[in-house]
Amino acid sequence: MSIRVENIAKRFGAFTALGDITLDFPKGELTALLGPSGCGKTTLLRIIAGLETADSGRILIEGRDATKKHVRERQVGFVFQHYALFRHMSVFENVAFGLRVKPRRERPPEAVIRKKVMALLDLVQLAWLADRAPAQLSGGQRQRIALARALAVEPQVLLLDEPFGALDAKVRKELRSWLRQLHDDLHITSIFVTHDQEEALELADRIVVVNQGRVEQVGSPKAVYEKPANAFVYGFLGSSNVLEGSVRNGMFHTDGGDFLVENATGVHPHATAYIRPHDLAIDRSANAKGIAAQVRRILAFGSVARVELSGITGENHFEVEIPERDLTDLDLSPGNTVHLVPKSLRVFPHGEAGSR
Amino acid sequence: MAGHSSRKVLPGFDLTLGVTVVYLSLIVLIPLCAVFIKTASLSLEQLWNTISAPRAVASYRLSFGTSLLAAAVNAVFGFILAWVLVRYSFPGKKQVDALIDLPFALPTAVAGIALTAIYAKNGWIGQHLEPLGIKIAFTPTGVLVALIFIGLPFVVRTVQPVLEDLDAEYEEAAASLGATRWQTVTRVVLPAVLPALTTGFALAFARGVGEYGSVIFIAGNMPLISEITPLIIITKLEQYDYAGATAIAAVMLVISFALLLIINLLQAWSARHGRRAT
Amino acid sequence: MAGNVTSSFAATGSARFENRSATRDSGAVRIILLALGLGFFALFLLLPLIVVFAEAFRKGFDTYWAALFDPDALSAIRLTLIAAAIAVPLNLVFGVSAAWAIAKYDFRGKALLTTLIDLPFSVSPVIAGLIYVLIFGAQGWFGPTLAGYDIKIIFALPGIVLATIFVTFPFIARELIPLMEAQGSDEEEAAIVLGASGWQAFWRVTLPNIKWGLLYGVILCNARAMGEFGAVSVVSGHIRGLTNTMPLHVEILYNEYQFAAAFAVASLLALLALFTLAMKSFIEWQARRTPEKEIQP
Repeated sequence: MSIRVENIAKRFGAFTALGDITLDFPKGELTALLGPSGCGKTTLLRIIAGLETADSGRILIEGRDATKKHVRERQVGFVFQHYALFRHMSVFENVAFGLRVKPRRERPPEAVIRKKVMALLDLVQLAWLADRAPAQLSGGQRQRIALARALAVEPQVLLLDEPFGALDAKVRKELRSWLRQLHDDLHITSIFVTHDQEEALELADRIVVVNQGRVEQVGSPKAVYEKPANAFVYGFLGSSNVLEGSVRNGMFHTDGGDFLVENATGVHPHATAYIRPHDLAIDRSANAKGIAAQVRRILAFGSVARVELSGITGENHFEVEIPERDLTDLDLSPGNTVHLVPKSLRVFPHGEAGSR
Repeated sequence: MAGHSSRKVLPGFDLTLGVTVVYLSLIVLIPLCAVFIKTASLSLEQLWNTISAPRAVASYRLSFGTSLLAAAVNAVFGFILAWVLVRYSFPGKKQVDALIDLPFALPTAVAGIALTAIYAKNGWIGQHLEPLGIKIAFTPTGVLVALIFIGLPFVVRTVQPVLEDLDAEYEEAAASLGATRWQTVTRVVLPAVLPALTTGFALAFARGVGEYGSVIFIAGNMPLISEITPLIIITKLEQYDYAGATAIAAVMLVISFALLLIINLLQAWSARHGRRAT
Repeated sequence: MAGNVTSSFAATGSARFENRSATRDSGAVRIILLALGLGFFALFLLLPLIVVFAEAFRKGFDTYWAALFDPDALSAIRLTLIAAAIAVPLNLVFGVSAAWAIAKYDFRGKALLTTLIDLPFSVSPVIAGLIYVLIFGAQGWFGPTLAGYDIKIIFALPGIVLATIFVTFPFIARELIPLMEAQGSDEEEAAIVLGASGWQAFWRVTLPNIKWGLLYGVILCNARAMGEFGAVSVVSGHIRGLTNTMPLHVEILYNEYQFAAAFAVASLLALLALFTLAMKSFIEWQARRTPEKEIQP
């Protein structure tokens, strides 16, 4: 089922949670709503579910207006951030709940309910926990039960609010690939909310970046990461080094030199350039061009080494990521003066930076 | 993201709020208004004469004075009891803890006759005090005893959870900074408990002012000496002096509402204080 | 006003203070405080309780049974049971409604409403009786009208029930509001998303979660309803065998110097109080036993 939200706006008192949002969620895709906490992404998810009502705008499910439809009739599956498992029911009863509360003539017979619940528990690989109470489960297990419970009513749309938010890093990674696998098997149109860019990049077909109640950018993970629409998206998707300067003739001019820019045209007397840590090269040769900086600290473990530097002129701090073996070749130690050469940088002229 | 209003999703708001407001109005609010409407039917002079009659004034002094004193006694011993229950282990602690609520559950009339049986001049304790010239039952002291009984759980039950929540680390920090145990208790523990203690004190006081059942048996009810304000209302009612009874009731209500307001402010203070500490 | 079921954990946790040198009181302080606290407890709470039973049996079992099976005593017991049987369910419906409205929704005037629900706690029971006399009494607003239809409220069962409802009005709501606020509405929302109706969400999800608090509220409300003295005393008229409740019967016997009989009936009420406290302890134990805190992964 495809979903379309049209001109959705929502205010809480004086606070604008969502300002005029229009978005399409294509059928069968897994979409991430990505943004910092308080940006309105959860509110949007709850409005799509029907748990919250928008002040204006429409929700279309499969082209039909569902704005006035009660959450019961929208056929959505919702996985709550803290799972909201019914604490007084066993795992089995939690999953069976949606089937048991159906009107009598739609309610499947007990044997069918049993079969279906056990099938779902098999799907989430937790059939052996059927008789446990939710309190006896680990966080990751609860998460999967919450998912099985949502799937029991055969929803047309699956909505997940921070599905991995309450889990520790290791479990989170495991569940992430498991969920992706599950989505590929079931192909339910799914939307999940997250503030973790890594999670969104790794899991989603499409990412919607939300900030302060607005959509900053929509696109595939590759598109959003490589061609961020503005400084906010750039900054939110990964760590970045920042340079102040100006733009003329497709070049960015700063203290350390002039660099080719991919994404800016025209003349901007004040602009900020953003460079990913892995897009900065360290040059130790005497006649090197680039931004002069002094090495402060070297963190070398794993395959990627991180070098922290401070600018010789100005108060800039830089972070560079290079393959560990390159570090050995460079023979760096704290106190060395080096030059930093951007391999790729993106410029966002002032006035456009941050949010639109 | 917290604090979403789910008014639109969870049904029943109109029904439950409707039931609540209608029931509250019919049982509590409208009947209470009757007191003030009836009082308004008196002329100002009549009103003043009723509420400033010597018997009435003596009863205010007794009711408020003994309630204040009882609340003070309870503040001290209630704090000690809460401390003992939270900090020490001793045999029978569970039973003691459970029985603290006895005054909430025991009908006041039962408490009244039991206390009288203890403190009357031939009573369990009274007979030993009589030769010493100490009289408790049928004097204002008797009223005080009854109000101490009634008010004790208010102090213990407001202080106890705060003491429970007080992390031992605060005291360890104070000790590591060189404070003596006494300094730690007076400068670290007491300030943290003070809002709750004050709230408990105010609750005990408010309850004491209106108390009737446990007091009238032990008070002796001598006009001007051991007659509490609620009894004045009853006496006037029995003489069919509805207006007089209502006037006194209005005075008590106004004071009770003022107390309620103060208690609410205290509880807000207490809650703020508690949040800052954690 | 009796503290929430979940809020007192006196039986556990003193070890965490006793095992640390910084929070451990010296032996002498300990002994003094224990003596003061427990002495006070014994004098003001324990002794009156013992006295009730001791006095009740002072003249032997025969007198005790005779006092309980006296026709007037039996009719007082019956009236008390009837009044509680009407007042408690009404306050239960109110308490659940109020808790649902206050805990599950945000609306203007919520704080005021919560305060107003507590109002009966700060009104003297005597005034609680008086207000109904002013409205329904012979000289009251509706008194003459009601007399015309031959309906008696004051000095009759309806008045006793009204006064009882007033005095026990906040108990169940007070117990449920903090409990339901702490539990939030996530589980109910999940139930609705899964297709449950409002009633289904309430019966299948909310009620099982609040059952212990609800039970305690009902028991406490019942204890107060059966034991109410001041308010009922004003509206009852003390008609023996007709409008006397148990506490009023105790008063009459006492004033007639039938002390043993008075204490015999009082002992029944004291047993009710002890049962209430025992239930409270049991419910607290239950509430603590069911794991509330979620186990971290």
